[in-house]
Amino acid sequence: MSRSVGKEPVAVVGIGQTRHVAARRDVSIAGLVREAAARALADAELTWADIDAVVIGKAPDFFEGVMMPELYLADALGAVGKPLLRVHTAGSVGGSTALVAADLVAGRVHGTVLTLAFEKQSESNAMWGLSLPIPFQQPLLAGAGGFFAPHVRAYMRRSGAPDTVGSLVAYKDRRNALKNPFAHLHEHDITLEKVQASPMLWDPIRYSETCPSSDGACAMVLTDRAGAARSPRPPAWMHGGAMRSEPTLFAGKDFVSPRAGKDCAADVYRQAGVTDPRREIDAVEMYVPFSWYEPMWLENLGFAGEGEGWKLTEAGVTELEGDLPVNMSGGVLSANPIGASGMIRFAEAALQVRGQAGEHQVAGARRALGHAYGGGSQFFSMWLVGAEPPAS
Amino acid sequence: MASREPSVLRPVRDVAVVAFGQTATARSTDELSEVEMLMPVLHEVLAATGLRTSDIGFTCSGSSDYLAGRAFSFTMALDGVGAWPPISESHVEMDGAWALYEAWTKLQTGEADTALVYSYGKSSPGSLRDVLTRQLDPYYVAPLWPDSVALAALQAQALIDAGETDEPALAGVALRSRADAAANPHAQLGGDVAQGEYVVRPLRTGDCPPVGDGAAAVILAAGERARELCGRPAWIRGIDHRIEAHGLGVRDLTDSPSTRLAAERAGVFEHPVDTAELHAPFTSQEVVLRKALRLGDDVVVNPSGGALAANPMMAAGLIRLGEAAARIHRGASDRAVAHATSGPCLQQNLVALLEGDAR
Repeated sequence: MSRSVGKEPVAVVGIGQTRHVAARRDVSIAGLVREAAARALADAELTWADIDAVVIGKAPDFFEGVMMPELYLADALGAVGKPLLRVHTAGSVGGSTALVAADLVAGRVHGTVLTLAFEKQSESNAMWGLSLPIPFQQPLLAGAGGFFAPHVRAYMRRSGAPDTVGSLVAYKDRRNALKNPFAHLHEHDITLEKVQASPMLWDPIRYSETCPSSDGACAMVLTDRAGAARSPRPPAWMHGGAMRSEPTLFAGKDFVSPRAGKDCAADVYRQAGVTDPRREIDAVEMYVPFSWYEPMWLENLGFAGEGEGWKLTEAGVTELEGDLPVNMSGGVLSANPIGASGMIRFAEAALQVRGQAGEHQVAGARRALGHAYGGGSQFFSMWLVGAEPPAS
Repeated sequence: MASREPSVLRPVRDVAVVAFGQTATARSTDELSEVEMLMPVLHEVLAATGLRTSDIGFTCSGSSDYLAGRAFSFTMALDGVGAWPPISESHVEMDGAWALYEAWTKLQTGEADTALVYSYGKSSPGSLRDVLTRQLDPYYVAPLWPDSVALAALQAQALIDAGETDEPALAGVALRSRADAAANPHAQLGGDVAQGEYVVRPLRTGDCPPVGDGAAAVILAAGERARELCGRPAWIRGIDHRIEAHGLGVRDLTDSPSTRLAAERAGVFEHPVDTAELHAPFTSQEVVLRKALRLGDDVVVNPSGGALAANPMMAAGLIRLGEAAARIHRGASDRAVAHATSGPCLQQNLVALLEGDAR
């Protein structure tokens, strides 16, 4: 009784973001998500009535103090009378949410799906929301930085990378952000010296090498082949997408280069027919909340050999004008509405292959990778998008 | 409304529930962590199918950080699943019925042939009536702390005012549910249960669900794989879910258009069903759901006792799907409708049509 075999191709035809800032006191949570969704619809030249289903994601509910906020947001998301699904996979959630929405199209359950992720950090305090004392469990200390700093130190020791690499990443991303009107941080007077002189927060992570706390939302309209044919602007086509998870702590866990990340990338490359990511992928938006994660993920994602990632960063390969630009938008280091950050990576990758990234556009980008991770380096979600429809 | 969509969705792939397990729901499980509560049911469904974690194509779970009282509470459960080597996995901050929906979608894409779905919730550490107020509009409603029983009472009173039911009829729903639950070893409340005093008028103790902790797990499989793993798979002929407006003032609380719409798209109205497992935590909500699903008196409703007998938050909806499937597995039903709900006064509803092969 199966109607057909094979997946329906998935296209991104609408993208919308809010201007990410420390505190959006002028809007409610509903107002924030509505703004991003309306912009995605406008980009696709569609109306709320064209949307068949909504998939929303965000990080822990404690970050706003609203339990299962999608119930309250049903009206703002135009979801009344429609299916509304809420995804939560820690920091990777923005990416996972997009992938769940994509599956609804690929599995021919729905034709056109609105997917959205948000965080309104100003409603609460994320760092302490992450630091609730739990009996019989290892404390996360003061937020995520305390958890990740030792893993950065392990990478430095393992790879022999010079101490300065982290500051190079931060300096690059903050300069890229100046070309992205939606980025939270626009530090016009940034210099490498200022980054290197900023206070040490969690050794070896300095203040200027960490992500900000942002309010923001990101939305995308995903559709099938028929929907893409009606798109007023060039769509981005999904060539591969995958999620992988592994436990938080266990004997043999490699926090520097988790296997779940490697497996996830390998699955995406297999789906997309990519055998040499360094050569075949034109641009990468990866989840770098602390600067050192750029060289670490370059290795984990197969763009560099083990212990070699920092050399790409140091040689300027990942600069906007380099031959493998990374975080052209300024990345998580320049805007971090936590739950939305993964989806922003996915959306920015799509903007690149649509040729609509504006001042931070990579000339001639045909294939781009969007990457997100979360939890204790244990949840990964990625997609590869292209300017052309997938071959099969 | 999504007018371009077909009124009934024919899934591209036949997917079935091939195994179901649940804990006994208990008022308090102080001695167990969520993971310890969950592990036995995971082992139960894996043993029933002979599958190991590494055989599973996709894993999806449902739970709530607000019940657990900590962020990322689901990561601990993942450790229990044994996600090594790394697995393809996702999580919804919703009842497990929606985790099942996400897993079903994954199987529709053809990327996986089997899926493990689980969910769990411990309501005992806090005051559930207070906790659930945090689901409401954070600016205009939540500051007033209207609790879940009070909101359900508004709905019950609206039904009585509309002449759709009365207090004796509601007491009848409670009596039938608890009597049926006497035969359900997983139920928290069964047998002869007094209607008791008013909690919030017109709802009495007997009209309200017990507060309890529990977990459930399901294995899904596609096509021939389902037949290999289960003697009589419970095929998901249709599944859909819909949400309504959040503001109670703009809803007709005596009706459930979202349930009706989901049922229509799941194909529930095309053929008669013999069984219905409804996620109606309050007696009055069964009245609403029976009407929306057009269930006649010949349909066996909640033979498990339903949510009035055991209502572990985040798992009770998945349990409805599991109970309906289990009846098909053992030949007690040929076609069943299963329903799950979320939010105040049945705001969001999921409906699935399950069917067994002809005997």
